[in-house]
Amino acid sequence: MPKVLMDGNSAIGEAAIRAGCQCYFGYPITPQNELIEYMATHLSRRKGCVFVQAESELAAINMVYGASVVGARAMTSSSSPGISLKQEGISYLAACELPAVIVNMSRGGPGLGSIAAAQSDYFQATRGGGHGDYRTIVLAPSSVQELADLTIRAFDLADKYKIPVIILGDGVLGQMMEPVEFKQEAPAVLPVREGSLRGAKGRPSKIIKTFTSNPAELEEINWSLFRRYGLIKKQETTFETFMIDDAKLVVVAFGIAARIAKGAIRNVRAEGLKVGLLRPITLWPFPDEAVKEVVKNVNHFLVFEMNMGQMLEDVQLSLEGKGEVSFYGRPGGVIPTPSEVSRVISRLYYQKGLK
Amino acid sequence: MNNPPENDQLSIAKYLRQDRLPHIWCAACGIGPALNCFLRAIDKSGLNPDKMSVVSGIGCSGRVAGYVKLDSFHTTHGRAIPFATGLRLANPELKAVVFSGDGDLVAIGGNHLIHAARRNIDMTVICINNFNYGMTGGQVGPTAPYDVRTSTTPYGNFESAFNLPLLLFASGASYIARWTVVHLHQLENTIVEALLKPGFSFVEVISPCPAVYGRMNKEPDGLDSLKNYVKRSIIKNGADPRETEITQNGPIVVGKFVDIIRPTLQENLAKVAAKAKKPSTK
Repeated sequence: MPKVLMDGNSAIGEAAIRAGCQCYFGYPITPQNELIEYMATHLSRRKGCVFVQAESELAAINMVYGASVVGARAMTSSSSPGISLKQEGISYLAACELPAVIVNMSRGGPGLGSIAAAQSDYFQATRGGGHGDYRTIVLAPSSVQELADLTIRAFDLADKYKIPVIILGDGVLGQMMEPVEFKQEAPAVLPVREGSLRGAKGRPSKIIKTFTSNPAELEEINWSLFRRYGLIKKQETTFETFMIDDAKLVVVAFGIAARIAKGAIRNVRAEGLKVGLLRPITLWPFPDEAVKEVVKNVNHFLVFEMNMGQMLEDVQLSLEGKGEVSFYGRPGGVIPTPSEVSRVISRLYYQKGLK
Repeated sequence: MNNPPENDQLSIAKYLRQDRLPHIWCAACGIGPALNCFLRAIDKSGLNPDKMSVVSGIGCSGRVAGYVKLDSFHTTHGRAIPFATGLRLANPELKAVVFSGDGDLVAIGGNHLIHAARRNIDMTVICINNFNYGMTGGQVGPTAPYDVRTSTTPYGNFESAFNLPLLLFASGASYIARWTVVHLHQLENTIVEALLKPGFSFVEVISPCPAVYGRMNKEPDGLDSLKNYVKRSIIKNGADPRETEITQNGPIVVGKFVDIIRPTLQENLAKVAAKAKKPSTK
């Protein structure tokens, strides 16, 4: 299929349709409006598919909850303040072991913050986000092509592990246009998950619920969730490395920050500095084994995030005290240029006596 | 920027944070005229502006809180009314005015709106109704008539609209009125009445959004919308709220629909407090 020029938000919409998304429920918020508008235009005219603009983010996530209960592939999207509102629903989806895809085109915070790109929702996304002991799979794309690919993967992972999957993008990824190729056609027949609530004909009736009055029973439910999370960690952790083989300093960055870091690394490589990149693609599960592997050969790490240091904690936990970690963060929706980041890298490189 | 003369009795300049101008509203947007009426109404009402607070939610209309030179709060999307409720109850001396849009007040904030009307809390709500989410690019609003085009209803709106006067009447508001932004004098006088009315007063302002809603509905110039309002408006004070529904091309019934006396939340709170203070007879 030929490449088409698309903004990130629309690319997610097209990929979701091709993944067999049957229901999309959304609510306006910048910078993800192109996605809700894409679904209004393109999903709504597909046979058997439904687009509804909800009255609030809470309504949208609960519509997704309902659609997931009956076995449909369902998605919602928002940006940081709206994702906070969806957390109740995400917790319930996790408790019920139901798949759903939730897109967060995040923006600066806290509060209403700004509408510029930021990465300050890392903690919220990777620690569950709502109340209770649960995790969601978190995918962090860094290009429009990857937004499309990871959207399809998100639906597959959600169904495979019966878990909500978060796509954590940002204002830049959502708005920027890049060539993108869609590798699969939309299914002729919409997928319906087996064992969903579709009437009790020929089987005992079921109830979907999250309340358990017996703590021992709830403990077992939590154990079972975490056994599955262990399996996800083992099987689905993904990351990318870039110019890492001879590196003396490794930058760890995700999403759009990793894209900036790549430019910075090319700059400092031209000056002869041996710097590489480790880019987690799944933020949860975090690629801690990859970090442990890198520290065998590299002592110096620079974590670069567009926040005040959130993934930094996961890097430090993975290192278990080994190596030296520095941090460069830009909060509030400020996007540093590759040359700013390369100055930070080269200063650190010389300070640490690596050249 | 030229400041208007300060001795001008009618000048609303004193109520504007002029350092924050120019405002963000598009040419021919209806929020400016509505704000103008509100500021003139403050003068006319005789209320002390230093004992007034303006609360807005999110959206184009939500910007009002940022432009008025009164103690003002720009709150979470949809939650201006609960915020104003807390403010009003914690500081009974402050008059609370909520100035926001249809998406903010009626969609995400719809639950808060009806509960504030039910409580009949002493508060004035000015609702700019332009049928869409202008700031985010013209998505369908909860008041958008059936079949209109918006960026999320490209093939026509498939849902029905809220008839706000009927909703507010059913919820228990003490005062309900609706004008368009061509009815500037009526709107100003209505806001004066609403500000002075004890209990929950609600003023709906039908307003053009030429940049997005208008462009998608054959009114790309704000003036088109105003001419349309002149043509379609029917002034009918005391109209039955069941007959005030707005359709795509039908009449727009405007006027003061409800003006009743009901105990306010504050009065009832005082009553129950007095009752609770009496020693038990048991």
